[in-house]
Amino acid sequence: MKPFRMLGRSIRDAVKSVIRNFSLSLASISCITITLIIVAVAIIASLNVQNFTEAIEKDMTIVVFVDNDSDEDDVKEIEKEIKKISNVEKYTYQSKQDVKAKMQEESEVFNTVLNNWNDEESPLKDTFQVKVKKIKRIKQTAEKIEKIDNVAIVRYGEGMVDKMVSAFSSVEKVTYGIVIALVLVTIFLIVNTIKLTISARKREIKIMRLVGASNITIKLPFIIEGMILGLFGSIVPVLIVTYGYLAFYKHFDGYLYSKLVQLIKPEPFIYQVSLVVIGIGILVGMVGSARAVRKYLKI
Amino acid sequence: MDLIRIRNVEKKYKNGVTAIYDLNLAIEKGSFVFVIGGSGSGKSTLIKMLYREEKPTKGQVIVGGLDVAKLKNKKVYKLRRKLGIVFQDYRLLPKQTVFENVAFALECIGERRDIIRTKVLKALEDVGLKNKVHEYPDNLSGGEQQRVAIARAIVNDPKLLLCDEPTGNLDPEKSMEIMKVLESINKMRGTTIIMATHDKEIVNKMKKQVITLKDGHLVKFKQKGTYVE
Repeated sequence: MKPFRMLGRSIRDAVKSVIRNFSLSLASISCITITLIIVAVAIIASLNVQNFTEAIEKDMTIVVFVDNDSDEDDVKEIEKEIKKISNVEKYTYQSKQDVKAKMQEESEVFNTVLNNWNDEESPLKDTFQVKVKKIKRIKQTAEKIEKIDNVAIVRYGEGMVDKMVSAFSSVEKVTYGIVIALVLVTIFLIVNTIKLTISARKREIKIMRLVGASNITIKLPFIIEGMILGLFGSIVPVLIVTYGYLAFYKHFDGYLYSKLVQLIKPEPFIYQVSLVVIGIGILVGMVGSARAVRKYLKI
Repeated sequence: MDLIRIRNVEKKYKNGVTAIYDLNLAIEKGSFVFVIGGSGSGKSTLIKMLYREEKPTKGQVIVGGLDVAKLKNKKVYKLRRKLGIVFQDYRLLPKQTVFENVAFALECIGERRDIIRTKVLKALEDVGLKNKVHEYPDNLSGGEQQRVAIARAIVNDPKLLLCDEPTGNLDPEKSMEIMKVLESINKMRGTTIIMATHDKEIVNKMKKQVITLKDGHLVKFKQKGTYVE
């Protein structure tokens, strides 16, 4: 029961302190709010991009064309080599006859043209359709396949994939940079808020020490104060995440520009993001106050 | 039985000044001891070592079985819970009432609310301030403020009460009132009291044990002693 009593007392002290230094607390809360709004937008954007990338990844295929003069053993050998590559998730094989049949089915023109060619004259080739595990490594995987004997050509939409991967990773890096910078500024502000609280309560801290309060009892209210600032600072961002994303989703009908760029469904997504935002707020508050306590609370 | 044992203690500050030289002392449980001496004699240093505000440079200071010199910073609270401390400047919280100031000592150690109430009222009764529980320190006289500080120091029933010049800011009449309060605590609760002072009149009137320090050396330790320059 004693730890609960001490915790209750610490929370009471922390709330009192937030109210007592209201203007300073408000400055910290505002800064946390701004940071968390940007963090929330970054999380939402990043998860949606991830979702959209995954959708494209599922569609992305490496097409491996086998040399025309290869026999059945050569094809088996190619298959064995493809199987060995770690980034290969799965593959399917289509002989040129399969391809021909499929094309003939699809169009009357193809049917006529392909009927005029025998197997030797046909420009069609046996193919493997390879799906990869990590799209970022698709280029390396294609290069490895290209080196296998009897492989004629390898295609995977090179230019488009490379550009997309590098664009996403640059956006990701810039976002992380901004978020880290803002978190650092917020921690700095919280350190200063708690520093002032510590200095305002110097007398009280001295007396606490004299009457036998343990170090944790003295420090805890300041740590909790930081966490409360973080919690209060996350209220507005959570509201923005919840109502903003719902409105955004409804406005665009769940898609951005084309059906390919599908947005994540709001539920339970917004609640998960809200929880993460609250968690980050409390954590940032705690880190800031713990730093201030370590630096300025000499007991 | 000895509550405090001091063996071969020396205290040298970082600036090179030695405040205490080779001090040996034993103070019995339940005694009332004055520590006297002029400025720089080492009175305050001795009191500070007893509540581990200062560590001895050499030797052993044992208070209630705890070796103060070996006590780590984060464990100091264990010692402080066994003793009460009273200062010349009262050290009260001005925005809290008399009751809250005394209760603060128990709240800090996580005492239950009902126990806090009983103990605080008893302590305030012992110092004669039961009728001032809702007053703020600024509305009280110096003597009353010091009595609040004493109530806060004894509310946790400590074995030892350390007083560093508690009458230093008071006129002779108020000083004697404080001494009566301290004497009754010593008698009624059996609390050992060590009081640093340079008030000649008080020491001579009270006829208690007297430790005389001069330039950091123990000059005399007398039963029913008087103030000798």
